[in-house]
Amino acid sequence: MEFNNRRYGEVVVVAPAGRIDHASAEDFRLRLAPALEHCSEGRDRVVLDFSAVEYISSVGLRVLMLAAKQVKAQKGAIVIAAMQPVVKEIFDISRFNYVFAAFPGLREAVADLSTQALALYDAG
Amino acid sequence: MKRIRLWGTRGSIPVALTAAQVRAKIEAVLRGARGVDLGSEAAVKRHLDGLDFHQTGTYGGHSSCVEIETGGDQYVLCDLGSGVRPFGQAMMSRHGPGKPQTYNVFMSHLHWDHIMGLPFFTPAYIPGNRLVIHGCHERLREAFVRQQAEPSFPVDFSIVAKQIEFVTLEPGRPYQVAGLIVTPKKQLHAGDSYGYRFEAGGRAVVYSTDSEHKLDDPQETRAFVEFFRAADVVIFDAMYSLADAISVKADWGHSSNVVGVELCQLAGVKHLVMYHHEPAFDDAAIERVLADTRRFEEITRSAAPLKVSAAYDGMEIAL
Ligand SMILES: [Zn+2]
Ligand SMILES: [Zn+2]
Repeated sequence: MEFNNRRYGEVVVVAPAGRIDHASAEDFRLRLAPALEHCSEGRDRVVLDFSAVEYISSVGLRVLMLAAKQVKAQKGAIVIAAMQPVVKEIFDISRFNYVFAAFPGLREAVADLSTQALALYDAG
Repeated sequence: MKRIRLWGTRGSIPVALTAAQVRAKIEAVLRGARGVDLGSEAAVKRHLDGLDFHQTGTYGGHSSCVEIETGGDQYVLCDLGSGVRPFGQAMMSRHGPGKPQTYNVFMSHLHWDHIMGLPFFTPAYIPGNRLVIHGCHERLREAFVRQQAEPSFPVDFSIVAKQIEFVTLEPGRPYQVAGLIVTPKKQLHAGDSYGYRFEAGGRAVVYSTDSEHKLDDPQETRAFVEFFRAADVVIFDAMYSLADAISVKADWGHSSNVVGVELCQLAGVKHLVMYHHEPAFDDAAIERVLADTRRFEEITRSAAPLKVSAAYDGMEIAL
């Protein structure tokens, strides 16, 4: 699974791509781990940019649940952005809308986490 | 196997509609009927048939009990929740007290909601009837004896003991009972639970309730896919949402609609029946979960469509 991470100040944007299912969930978990490690109070905040994710199964959603729990324990912040319509439907039917703040676009997600990061994002 | 009849479909504890809930249904139906010509009996029926199930019906309140009609002269049941009481009434009116019958029961586990119906199962009190209770738990008999012991029930188990036999099964082994091949499978639940796969005449039905799926072990997933493989019907514990099942309600021993669909899709199942409904859900809530689950099946489908239903007391499924 290709990950394309970018940084805007204290906000790290993690962008997985493709399908997150039985075959790729463990890879997704391992590649997400470094960003989560630094996602804690006074340090990084994480946006999961899901614009290139085509599908997520229960096993993939379980990885998101573990991430939410870890970040909560570390008093960090993690949000999700730009889900494709099918992925958003799977997310809502699984009731993950109660677990994660979800934003239609990447810019809104960055804005929610930090005004300083937003300025850097807008500056390109 | 000819038919499945669901006598009790509610999880954990029986529930009943309140007067206020019944009245709210009637009010909604009357409001929707304004201006509709209901002049004939047929028009009334047609109008009701066009409404959502939750408006005119109810998913019901009895705890776990499912009948598999074999086409032979013996009866086959899964679990003895409160749903076995109306089943017993139906048997009394069909056979009366004079014609002895054999009832084969397969117990998922011994939690109260799955055993509570036996003291109210009238045929168990009638000499000549046989109740053969199969299960994989060592303390099978003890659980039934204890719930009828003083001070919890006025009629001691010894009163029905003559009519009842207990048979311990081993998971993973196929057994021949009442013309069916029955294979138990161990499931994840407090104190263990067991699913049953019933096969006969090229048909397969799986009863899999009170079963949690952790999603962290691909081998476990594969084992359930094999257990469900190409079944005509899978009756599946879909008590919680996926998010609840793997977070706040993790280790509570239940599963979700989403995992039910995924396992059935992987196994090429024809019909998923969501079962063991959360007692806190009203009829409208269960119907919303059903609509969501059907949509989920549609957007994740890669092979033949999977039919999805929400079980209700009195539901019949022809095989
Ligand atoms: Zn139960
Ligand atoms: Zn249970």
